[in-house]
Amino acid sequence: MFQKMSKKSLWLILLLVVFSVSTFLTGCGSTKQEPAAKKTVIGLSISTLNNPFFVDLRDGAKAAADANGMELVVMDAQDDASKQLANIENLIQQKVSIIIINPVDSKAIVPAIEAANKANIPVITVDRSAAGGQVVSAIASDNIAGGKMAGQFIVDKLGGKGKIVELEGIPGSSAANDRGKGFNEAVKAAAGLTVVAKQPADFDRAKGMKVMENILQANPEINAVFAHNDEMALGAVEAITAAKRTGITVVGFDATADAIKAVNDGTLAATVAQKPKDMGKVAIETAKKVIAKEAVAATIPVALELVVKK
Amino acid sequence: MSEKKQQKFVLIRKMGPLLGLILLALVLTILSDRFLTVNNLLNVTRQISINAIISVGMTLVILTGGIDLSVGSIVALTGSITAGLLVGGQALLTSVLIGMMVGALLGLCNGLLITRAEIPPFIATLGTMTAARGFTLVYTEGRPITGMGESFRFLGGGYIAGIPVPVILMVIIFALAYIVLKRNRLGRYIYAIGGNEEAARLSGINTKKILLSVYVLGGLLAGFSGIIMASRLNSAQPTAGVSFELDAIAAVVLGGTSLSGGVGTIGGTLIGALIIGILDNGLNLLNVSSFYQQVAKGFVILLAVFLDKKRR
Repeated sequence: MFQKMSKKSLWLILLLVVFSVSTFLTGCGSTKQEPAAKKTVIGLSISTLNNPFFVDLRDGAKAAADANGMELVVMDAQDDASKQLANIENLIQQKVSIIIINPVDSKAIVPAIEAANKANIPVITVDRSAAGGQVVSAIASDNIAGGKMAGQFIVDKLGGKGKIVELEGIPGSSAANDRGKGFNEAVKAAAGLTVVAKQPADFDRAKGMKVMENILQANPEINAVFAHNDEMALGAVEAITAAKRTGITVVGFDATADAIKAVNDGTLAATVAQKPKDMGKVAIETAKKVIAKEAVAATIPVALELVVKK
Repeated sequence: MSEKKQQKFVLIRKMGPLLGLILLALVLTILSDRFLTVNNLLNVTRQISINAIISVGMTLVILTGGIDLSVGSIVALTGSITAGLLVGGQALLTSVLIGMMVGALLGLCNGLLITRAEIPPFIATLGTMTAARGFTLVYTEGRPITGMGESFRFLGGGYIAGIPVPVILMVIIFALAYIVLKRNRLGRYIYAIGGNEEAARLSGINTKKILLSVYVLGGLLAGFSGIIMASRLNSAQPTAGVSFELDAIAAVVLGGTSLSGGVGTIGGTLIGALIIGILDNGLNLLNVSSFYQQVAKGFVILLAVFLDKKRR
């Protein structure tokens, strides 16, 4: 009886292994078919692929890498700083030529960058910056300018008078800090505007909706909402619609496909377009220069634009 | 059953996970030339150390037939408190000890809820999990804590004789747990409670006291892991440790410990943690899409539970 069972267990373990192998092989399929010639391998560690913005960034980078005949290894940290550290350690083990990092957290990424420095692998950051370690080049949108752009749009739209809500991104992330800073600079300049609520919703649509629902409960009069990204802005739009409140100008940031559609539908007043695809492309082009030992700028801003209904 | 057959059965139960680990390592060695290098193996063991230490506590809890969902939140809270104390100018040892005490205290809450209030472990630790996460957000105001000073980094990022400190700590903790479970009365009582709590109580074991100590140990070890993690990232993240309880449970189950309690070994848990860590590392090295990685991990866990059921 036990003899039989143990055989069964062995078979199951075997099955497990066969399964693992098949997963690896399907995963490797694409690389296996390519010629054996040594390609330059670039590592890209992304904060999360559960957000269309970073998917666009990856797509931009992938297209640029393909165009330059380089191989791109993409890792998804699922917004977990410790997972990102493990991902980057594993990229170092793979001995990639350069690592492009889109940090989950500006400060928690430092040990990972230091590990890459130690292994003599150059590091480029993209979208979010790092608080330490040696970074060859930081590629990012000018978020302060973008926040200012959004703030100025709201000032003009409200005629310099009204009550505003600010939905903040992940506390401590440089994007949240910078966008908030630019926005508040623009709003402070207009004396008639007050920010009645300022709450973090972590760049997340569901959280944006929940936080906005609560803010709507607390504030009978709101004229405008600025969210640090489109996901939260669209969440806020949902909350506003569900509460049957009208006349609230909502402005997002990032210009994702969903947000542009909402702008054209009139539910979202405006969004600031970062260009994630361009960012990915610039990152790869910068990486190429670094590998070729050409000089690159320490910070490379990628242009922004305000998207309003056409 | 004959003694010989029983021995064989025990051998398979013990060797099954190890066999799985060896085969997995073999497959990875064939598929990637980067896998079987000293550097990468040190890298993997360092990566698993946090989950492995949490899993030691989880093993004790699961052996009694319980479960502890609060470990991930404890990781975040103790990491934050230790970091906060350090930033506030407290000494390294004081901060670390207070952090560990907070972990043990939360474990004590779990234990009291389970033994005195007689709330089922799943619900009791679910409550602690939510509350501890809330405390973390209150304490940190939702922001990561940084600036703990260079000396703190040794715990998570340092080396002794070329071996990462967290790995050394992990080995010591596993050795201690092995001794407790194999050679100590506490260990025998834990198995007895998991086998049949009522029978254990009737035979004169103070089951409540044992259960209490087990949850305190679980909290203490999770707390220690939280401190190591804050040191490793050189920053305490309020959102750290989300879903760590699931990784720990997976490691324990993969290692052959039965979720219904009474059966399992600490060595199995180490193997379970290694399987999960090597799977993550290998899939990274092989550049498998992160979406497939989760699918693979899920299947491996399901297979392990299936195995556990079949062995009964």
